[in-house]
Amino acid sequence: MSRQPYMPIALVVVGLALLPLGLTSNTVLNFLAFAMIITLAAQGWNILGGYGGQFSFGHAVFFGTGAYAMALLQVRFGINPWLALPLAMALGAGVGFAIGYLSFRARLRGSYFALVTLAFAEVFRISANAWGFTGGAAGVLVPLRIGAEHMQFADKRLAYWLALTFVAATLALTHALSRSRFGAHLVAVRENEEAARALGVDALAVKLKAITLSGAITASAGCLYTQKFLYLDANLAYGPWISVEALLAPIIGGLGTVFGPLVGAVVLLGLGEVTKTAFANLTGGAIPGVDLVVFGVLLILCVAYAPRGVLGLAQGWLGRLKGARP
Amino acid sequence: MSTLLSVQGVSKRFGGLTAVDNASLEVVDGSITGLIGPNGAGKTTLFTVIAGFEPATAGTVRFEGRDITGLPAHVRAMQGIARTFQIVQPFAGLSVRENIAVGAFLRHKARHAALEQADAVGHQVGLGPLLDQSAGQLTVAGRKRLELARALATAPRLLLLDEVLAGLNPSEIRDMMPVVQAIRSSGVTILIVEHVMQAVMSLCDTVHVLAQGRIIAAGPPGAVSRDPAVIEAYLGHGAAARMQAQDIRQAEARGRNPGAHHA
Repeated sequence: MSRQPYMPIALVVVGLALLPLGLTSNTVLNFLAFAMIITLAAQGWNILGGYGGQFSFGHAVFFGTGAYAMALLQVRFGINPWLALPLAMALGAGVGFAIGYLSFRARLRGSYFALVTLAFAEVFRISANAWGFTGGAAGVLVPLRIGAEHMQFADKRLAYWLALTFVAATLALTHALSRSRFGAHLVAVRENEEAARALGVDALAVKLKAITLSGAITASAGCLYTQKFLYLDANLAYGPWISVEALLAPIIGGLGTVFGPLVGAVVLLGLGEVTKTAFANLTGGAIPGVDLVVFGVLLILCVAYAPRGVLGLAQGWLGRLKGARP
Repeated sequence: MSTLLSVQGVSKRFGGLTAVDNASLEVVDGSITGLIGPNGAGKTTLFTVIAGFEPATAGTVRFEGRDITGLPAHVRAMQGIARTFQIVQPFAGLSVRENIAVGAFLRHKARHAALEQADAVGHQVGLGPLLDQSAGQLTVAGRKRLELARALATAPRLLLLDEVLAGLNPSEIRDMMPVVQAIRSSGVTILIVEHVMQAVMSLCDTVHVLAQGRIIAAGPPGAVSRDPAVIEAYLGHGAAARMQAQDIRQAEARGRNPGAHHA
């Protein structure tokens, strides 16, 4: 494993890439693509929250910025989506840096930082809802132009593979980060900021780098969301739903681990879908928000019984299995 | 015999409270210098100012001749000043090796180099067998060693030790003292705050005594421990005179009855 550190990532990605060859229903493909988008948003959150210990309740601000930038750059400026995507990510990074600079320089930590990020997300949501440039409450519609050059795919598998490519890149990036000096500094800041400073860690710079990177990654999730649904309004882009899913997935999957956000996103969305369908079959009609109840229950179970998430739980079981063998 | 660290007229006030009052001291390159004083004298506050965790209200701190008074803690660490904390601050979620590696990353960019350095320093302070353990599971003695190891892994020129022996039992103290001496022998200058007098006496070349924020005495440990001002700072006003009177009375008693002290 030490000689082939990227092997597990490669195996998981290849496994995920092969899924659409067996599962061809539109529902499954939509689910998979959406799960990848959430994974991406959650991986961004995980770098800042899981590795850096700075819990944001407002990652919608990055997701929405990415999504709106992607849509508006195309609609208002006629920029090709392949070019708009890196620009939107850069904008997400910029917003991350700005929020980080304001809050970390003011030494906001813990719940204070969480509340400030929540407030930023709300300010962005309300502004996007009011401002004519962003389409106001009516939202913004990206014209349908099927074709790879417009990043719109007739074959749903292609959209999924594109999202998977991003997920693969962030898995590799997170792995590299966790073994780098920056990663060690980030974890040290999470564990004990004072002690980290005594060891020569520039805590402010480390946190700023983390939130900038986090903003860019979560913005990329917003970009893919825009290209998949071709419609945005303020509640979709900057709504609390994405902030919640971006933080729940890593917590349920495993905080500060490479695969945590992926596992968490699949478990979270999978159970959400199953519950929605089950309730719809039982009661004869869909109950909006029933999946949120499941998310809440999952979070409580996780905090109480699996503080290291599903991955931590699995590791514990594997360890006991190995230990039980003679 | 050059001066590595020079503290000149440093004061630190918290609102109306003056924790450190116009304190000056020098640490000679290659020495073990002690900073002692009764509880609440301001020793840790002075340390905090030297390490850059709190700005000084007045005065200057010079390191290797440069004025470092305005520099933040992490830059001072980069320049070669490392500190330990009186209340140990392990990265509890990490292993002992990873804890030390955070310090080692200061001078090594590559992970394997930092981990190698962490292993070496871990063995040096006697944490060799515990490297893979979680830092949260260490005993008090183990945590004190970890504080030391992490600071040492930053390859400092000056090591500020804040009560690394406090809370240890006598045999743990005996185990720890050669570790501190070996660190000095390897070329690291040490400034140590300590309450364990036995250790101060045997380790330090020079001792500075802080009482109520002021430096009241400085010199070799033997001379300082007999200084009336120091005795008074520890035992209260008039203590030195009372002890002197007691010594004289005992001497007189022995004079009148020469065989008494053998009985």
